[in-house]
Amino acid sequence: MIRSEILREIAPILRDQLVVCNIGLPSQELHMIDDQPTNFYMLGTMGLASSIGLGLALSQPKTVVVIDGDGSVLTNLGTLPTIANNVADNYILLIVDNGSYGSTGDQPTYAGKKTSLAKVAEACGCENVVECRAEETGEVLQKAIDGRKMTVIVCKCESGNVKVPVITKDPVVIRDRFMQAVAS
Amino acid sequence: MSISKQIVDDFVANDIAFVTTVPCKQLGGVIEEVEARPEIYHIPSNKEDEGMGLCAGAYMGGKRPAIIMQNTAIGVTINTLVTLTQFYRMPLPMLISFRGELMEPVACQAEMAIHTKPLLQQLGIPTYHFHKQDDVRELDAILKYTFMSSKPVAILTDATFWGGY
Ligand SMILES: Cc1ncc(C[n+]2csc(CCOP(=O)(O)OP(=O)(O)O)c2C)c(N)n1
Ligand SMILES: [Mg+2]
Repeated sequence: MIRSEILREIAPILRDQLVVCNIGLPSQELHMIDDQPTNFYMLGTMGLASSIGLGLALSQPKTVVVIDGDGSVLTNLGTLPTIANNVADNYILLIVDNGSYGSTGDQPTYAGKKTSLAKVAEACGCENVVECRAEETGEVLQKAIDGRKMTVIVCKCESGNVKVPVITKDPVVIRDRFMQAVAS
Repeated sequence: MSISKQIVDDFVANDIAFVTTVPCKQLGGVIEEVEARPEIYHIPSNKEDEGMGLCAGAYMGGKRPAIIMQNTAIGVTINTLVTLTQFYRMPLPMLISFRGELMEPVACQAEMAIHTKPLLQQLGIPTYHFHKQDDVRELDAILKYTFMSSKPVAILTDATFWGGY
């Protein structure tokens, strides 16, 4: 399974949550599959999805699901200790680990080689870390939401992309729509 | 009243409730004060761009954020300031120690000091420079201006302001 197939499968679960979605193809795919006011699309700033989601989870009570990528977590690896030491039980970090920088043409990342992001997260102090196969993502995600415990999910999947249009929505519109959904 | 206490009083009076920090020797007192206030959630970050991500999320969650960092962090955060804070039009007060100015003992700090104001100007970031202790009186107005205009705003605080090293 590739990222877009996973997103299609978990879209019905994501619908009811606040979602912060990673730069590039993940946001474009989610936007195409199921655009919702509860989705915050990152149009730039590689690496900060997990940080934006944590700030959001710590500042209001609704559940926040971050759709992140292995490459983006690697570029902002300092995020994992911050997550571990600032527990928000309404926070779920879903790392779609396709072992590549998918959005830029599937160049391999170290997460697809010797580096285990699940083990890194554990070593950083994250308490609920689940590594799963792509096929299990929906089940694991639903369980994490229902469990109301801060969870890091590392979903191991294949790399590969589908053709998808870029997001042309104005960033201020995305942000304002999202903030209204957060506050409603 | 100590200058650090005055600064954090202004933060609290302006409903700032989420503060991220990366230390600088000069910011020790103000970080201690932030940590001590029950009105503020203090979340140390490992890198300043990460901190700005946290602040963006807090803002969207309904809490007013601020970041406390050293001027060298301008070099770390340009992409984030431009593609996140400015692109999505979010307010962010940045209390910045302005290292490398008069009385600086560490030569390396003078290098980024030279680039600090030109970079901020190039980025179109409103910038205030606190040099004398009295300058702190403007902080309240600067914070109000930041949330009114929904921009990142820099408050540079140099060694003379902090009373030397
Ligand atoms: C600072 C910076 N460097 C490089 C890029 C180019 N870039 C955009 S998305 C991306 C790949 C992200 O990979 P990952 O987080 O694993 O997500 P995937 O696309 O694989 O789902 C890269 C390298 C960028 N946007 N910003
Ligand atoms: Mg990837």
